[in-house]
Amino acid sequence: MKRLAKISMGVYVALCFAFFYLPIFITMIFSFNSSKSLTKFTGFSFKWYQELIENQEIMSAVWVSVSIAILATAISTVLGTITAIGLTRHRKLVKEWILNVNNIPIMNPEIVTAIGLMLLFTAMKIDKGYVTMLLAHISFCTPYVITSVYPKVRGLDNNIANAAMDLGATPWQALRKVIIPMIKPGIYAGVLLAFTMSFDDFVISYFVSGNGVMNISMIVYNMTKRTNPTINALSTIVILVIFIAVAVVNIVPIIKRKKVTVHEKNN
Amino acid sequence: MNTLIELNNITKTFDDQQVLKGINLKIYENEFLTLLGPSGCGKTTTLRIIAGFDEPDCGELLFGGIEISKLPPYKREVNTVFQKYALFPHLDVFENIAFGLNIKKTEKSVVKQKVERMLELVGLSGFEKRDVTSLSGGQQQRVAIARALINEPKVLLLDEPLGALDAKLRKEMQFELKKIQKEVGITFIYVTHDQEEALSMSDTVVVMNDGYIQQIGTPTDVYNEPENRFVASFIGESNIIEGVMIRDCLVSFDDFEFECVDKGFKDNEDVEVVLRPEDIDIVSPEGAKLTGTVESVVFKGVHYEIMVKSKYRSYMIHTTDFCEEGRRVGLSFGPEDIHVMWKMV
Repeated sequence: MKRLAKISMGVYVALCFAFFYLPIFITMIFSFNSSKSLTKFTGFSFKWYQELIENQEIMSAVWVSVSIAILATAISTVLGTITAIGLTRHRKLVKEWILNVNNIPIMNPEIVTAIGLMLLFTAMKIDKGYVTMLLAHISFCTPYVITSVYPKVRGLDNNIANAAMDLGATPWQALRKVIIPMIKPGIYAGVLLAFTMSFDDFVISYFVSGNGVMNISMIVYNMTKRTNPTINALSTIVILVIFIAVAVVNIVPIIKRKKVTVHEKNN
Repeated sequence: MNTLIELNNITKTFDDQQVLKGINLKIYENEFLTLLGPSGCGKTTTLRIIAGFDEPDCGELLFGGIEISKLPPYKREVNTVFQKYALFPHLDVFENIAFGLNIKKTEKSVVKQKVERMLELVGLSGFEKRDVTSLSGGQQQRVAIARALINEPKVLLLDEPLGALDAKLRKEMQFELKKIQKEVGITFIYVTHDQEEALSMSDTVVVMNDGYIQQIGTPTDVYNEPENRFVASFIGESNIIEGVMIRDCLVSFDDFEFECVDKGFKDNEDVEVVLRPEDIDIVSPEGAKLTGTVESVVFKGVHYEIMVKSKYRSYMIHTTDFCEEGRRVGLSFGPEDIHVMWKMV
């Protein structure tokens, strides 16, 4: 009985993983296909990777996605962190109200946010393109940062900033040397969320961009209308980058912990 | 003794509520001064104004004769030990204590030497690399004290620092704090609502209530010569009786006239009289001015708390002699046991 349970559990887990990862594996495998076929593997080649690098359109989309994700993450992290710190100083009623308002864009269907932003830019007569896309990304990333940083700030002792200033730190030093190190886990979570939200966004980017500015999601959407294995090559690279990022995020704390224990042993 | 800090007519309002209603106080060098009062009396606000975390609405705050009420906390020569310690959990014990010196960019070897001396002073030598979150409440308290004292402040402010400790540890820390204060020889301003703590540690006790200072004096002064009903009832147990001051050294209450040692009241002025429970003796009813029946007897450990019902009121008496309920007894006390106070309006 016990063995049977073990086996069925193993099969179940294997099926789950197959369901998650098979599509990704197929994409990766066919990115190395020598022919254009998406059904028959005719031989190994880096042909599509070469085409990808030579394709100006795709390379500029990669640049747009990466640069917007980095800028939007940086700006929304700063904005969100400052807001979260400021929020704790408000009265309870104001605090709750702002937090609820902050949740609306998170729960709102993306298409509504997208159309809203598009109409806003049109009404304000702002030319759609890179800048509007960046502004839109900052606006939908910031609430996520606030949501992940705020609980950390709320958990701080009310007197922690006072304690730092009491010991001679200016408000800026208190923020840098005490507050930020203490809420770091929340900020990291915010950075990760903001980056992934921005990097893989399609709906909002599609509505607020213009003048030929496209990010990866948009160009993939355009390309799927005809068979083009370059997408597979691009997807494989993106998957690889994500895989490395996840590995680093998971492995670094383990290494750090090991270092600390070794350090303690030496003492 | 030289005046170090002077508060002149300080007021402070939070959200339409006046927390301080005109505080006048002089704090001297090397003094252990306690701000004592119930919660909400303004004692912590007074401390925060001295530290620089709150700015007074009105009034002057002089430090060594110089007005500092607008000076930010990081420019003041005071350091604070907070109620819940407010240690920095991302730093170890050494880094916590060295924080102030590192901000001032002190040389590393000097920092190391000073931190070691501080750890020795608070009895935590060898704890340098420990994580502050792994320490007990008492140890965290010591780190907080060391972190403040290493900056060599002229004044150390302590905001109910022993509030989170258990009774036994509190006693130990009270003793230790007093020792540390003598050793470093600086002014300590201590905030507490615990009257016993205030009486046993302080050179000067400042009793506060409702945004006002009620009395300033030595522990024996505020206990033996309370200035009003609030001070008498807040510090220790007391019987408070309304009476009339016939003339200097003669007061009348409960139908009798008693000799006392208090002077300076108007003839026939309405006053309040304090009789401490331990100052009243139970005697035989014959010849005693005040008599009554024993209402209840409660054993309190060192003494019995006996309530005696007389004609006008119940008197509380603390005595080591047992006395059974229902017995008729007389009450006796000497002129020096009677404390006459201004009547509160």
